[in-house]
Amino acid sequence: MKQNIALELKNITKTFGSVVANKNVSLQVRKGEILSILGENGSGKTTLMNMVSGIYYPDSGQMLIDGQEVSISSPKDAFRYKIGMIHQHFKLVDVFSAAENIILGVEEEKKFDMPQYIERIKEITDQYGFELDPYKKIYEMSVSEKQTVEIIKVLFRGADILILDEPTAVLTPQETTKLFKVLRNMRESGKAIIIITHKLHEVLSLSDNVAVLRKGEYIGTVKTSETNETELTEMMVGKKISLNIERSMPKNTCDRLVVDKISCINREGVKLLDNVSFHVRAGEILGVAGIAGSGQRELLEAIAGLQHLTAGRITYIDPKTNQEEDLRDKTPLEIRQMGVRLAFVPEDRLGMGLVGNMDIVDNMMLRSYKKGKSVFLQRKTPKTLAEEVIERLEVATPSVNTPVRRLSGGNVQKILVGREIASAPTVLMAAYPARGLDINSSYTIYNLLNEQKEQGVAVIFVGEDLDVLIELCDRILVIGSGKIAGIVDGRNITKEEIGLLMTKSSEENGEKEVAEDGKTE
Amino acid sequence: MGKLNNCMIKAFCNPPVHIAKRDTLVWWKAWGIRTISVLLALVVCGIITIALTGINPINLYVTMFEGAVGTPRLVWNLLQNTAILLCVSLAVTPAFKMRFWNIGAEGQILIGGLATAVCMIFLGGKIPSALLILISFVASIVAGAIWGVFPAYFKTRFNSNETLFTLMMNYIAIQLVAYFTLEWSVPKGSGTPRTLEYGQLPMLFSQKYLINILIVVLLTVIMYIYLKYSKHGYEISVVGESENTAKYIGINVKEVVLRTMLISGAICGIAGFLLVAGTDHSLKSDTSGGRGFTAIMVSWLAKFNPIFMVLTSLLIVFLEKGASKISEVYRLNSSFSDIITGIIIFFIIGAEFFVNYAIKISKKEKEANV
Repeated sequence: MKQNIALELKNITKTFGSVVANKNVSLQVRKGEILSILGENGSGKTTLMNMVSGIYYPDSGQMLIDGQEVSISSPKDAFRYKIGMIHQHFKLVDVFSAAENIILGVEEEKKFDMPQYIERIKEITDQYGFELDPYKKIYEMSVSEKQTVEIIKVLFRGADILILDEPTAVLTPQETTKLFKVLRNMRESGKAIIIITHKLHEVLSLSDNVAVLRKGEYIGTVKTSETNETELTEMMVGKKISLNIERSMPKNTCDRLVVDKISCINREGVKLLDNVSFHVRAGEILGVAGIAGSGQRELLEAIAGLQHLTAGRITYIDPKTNQEEDLRDKTPLEIRQMGVRLAFVPEDRLGMGLVGNMDIVDNMMLRSYKKGKSVFLQRKTPKTLAEEVIERLEVATPSVNTPVRRLSGGNVQKILVGREIASAPTVLMAAYPARGLDINSSYTIYNLLNEQKEQGVAVIFVGEDLDVLIELCDRILVIGSGKIAGIVDGRNITKEEIGLLMTKSSEENGEKEVAEDGKTE
Repeated sequence: MGKLNNCMIKAFCNPPVHIAKRDTLVWWKAWGIRTISVLLALVVCGIITIALTGINPINLYVTMFEGAVGTPRLVWNLLQNTAILLCVSLAVTPAFKMRFWNIGAEGQILIGGLATAVCMIFLGGKIPSALLILISFVASIVAGAIWGVFPAYFKTRFNSNETLFTLMMNYIAIQLVAYFTLEWSVPKGSGTPRTLEYGQLPMLFSQKYLINILIVVLLTVIMYIYLKYSKHGYEISVVGESENTAKYIGINVKEVVLRTMLISGAICGIAGFLLVAGTDHSLKSDTSGGRGFTAIMVSWLAKFNPIFMVLTSLLIVFLEKGASKISEVYRLNSSFSDIITGIIIFFIIGAEFFVNYAIKISKKEKEANV
């Protein structure tokens, strides 16, 4: 039994300044086993695995591989011990082919022999059931293909212990199923696999054991077959929480935004949005589903005035005067000056919604700093607002003067959503607002969206977790390659049906959607 | 044997130290680290001095100190040079904070100086001195601003590379000044620059450079407030940190870039004015003396904080003056003083690493016993 253990961690502790990221964490993973590491955001899952893969070095504790104590102080060391990590953000060279990326950095004494390398890559793909064209360039690949390249890259280096950081975050349900099949094949051939995740149903369907971390501390390991969602949640959060989203029936709905046949292209002339039309209603949550990069971002940015349109109209209907305003080709500033209270929680929180190096007060000010005639800034109101948001949304931060980049993902998002809601919007757009967030924070965000809906705000929610979309949204717009694949009722649709719409890209979909949209009105 | 082997593996496997990022340090600790690094730099310089020249390093440092602040005249000289360097540093700071790599300060200073010289030559003696000073001051600002906004315009209009653009503008400015220096030299064409009689900055309390220094002190305070408390300063920070965020909240990025480069160039122009009207009373193509580049280091070292820049610019000028005195007294060539300056600056920059990161001793053994 003992020699079966591929990797064992004993009392690993790691601190960053005064923050304890991992405290006395001990766990083990066997050969031929899939271990899930489950934990809330900021519970230290990624930090722990980064130590195993040589990116960080633990302050104290031991690591044993095959029963031998080892020291891993660089990713190179990790490779020597046959540990490979697939990071959440891929580290690939865009202009290289899959094969070139895979062999990049491999140090072998032999002569460089591409055909032979390709042969070896093919062996790996055949063995585990991957689908990959080794000659395809990375920039032509979908996210799931890129992930495949990353996995094969570490297998090519002979990794026996694979660590995957949130591998399904960017995949469609179908792609996730495919990935799981491959992972199971690897388990059969005796690899030790660790996946970092916070999605409970994946944990339950895939892994043999689950190790739970909470606030950097190791809570325990349980057999997947002997546990359930509620118990895991409790271990993770430390208290019982309900996972229900209360969806109320929309009241007093009326059109707030009318998007009429909009199209836009990127610099290369590729159509990012193609003839997209839909209505956004007050008092309703409109979900947007689709494979990552199908035009969701452009759609929201078009409404926010950040995307130049080549055709179409975006009309805003003022709730007080019922007056119609054209938003097309207006800048965000012009839109605000027109009195349109548009709140936008962008996908890229620290790169667009907030400024990482600025403190919470200065970030609160982003929307409102221009108010008033004075040339000087007024930090009093934003400071009060910051304190309110921190209190109401339970943001964990040392002070209001902490730079937001020092906060964990969930807290960053609370700051951003808190600021956007504070402007009393009539339209609230949120792109992947729960991405990377733990259960607790995610539900805080969903409840906030629901709250806004009940206050009569028109909410647009771009999501990736279909379960959540179905639970939260009144209507769901499915987008595929910049076209609308369908607008469906969120109450009577299944995950599979949406998944099908997402991947289907036929011409007539556009027509069908209009008909359906017409029906619901 | 087995035990010994085990020990060896342990020593090999567990590096005794590792590096970890620090939380924000208390200010006095941070400054403690910086002070220690300067002292260490002096020790290292001392060892190198003995090894290379055999001179007693204590004497060397005394000479250095005397060279920088030995006499009241030298002190005023030091302050004056610091003021000019500080002025240029203040000029480049908003641009750098905005992540606009303005390495064209050199040219912007020269153009400011040229504008001043033009006023002094062509209006000198024709209008009252106070008016002439005012006009040349304004002219230097306008000239510097134009020189600064030109690359900014092309950047916003055609997305040209501002680093190359501002750098090239330096050579244009140098050649222009070189031409006019020759044109105005006495006797004409000899290359001896003409002394500009009219429109010199007056002495204050019979101190030649006091007015220069006061102007720069005032500018420092203004720049500090501008960057920290004004809406413009806030916009500069946002654009510098993330252009996407700036667009998202509706900042007109182009406008901010143009406006900031106007300011950056204008202050460089003032530096040129101070050099020509307040210090040299003449114009040469090396009037700016590389300050446009040194200022970038001053600004970065101070992390774009105008108040810290007072210290960093003082330090750099102090080292420069002291080092040149060393080569003069001990008849060493200038590369030796460059070595000394280089070592000290290296240690000062190196100190920032230890301010941001801690070297921790691994606590392996303790855990092993548990």
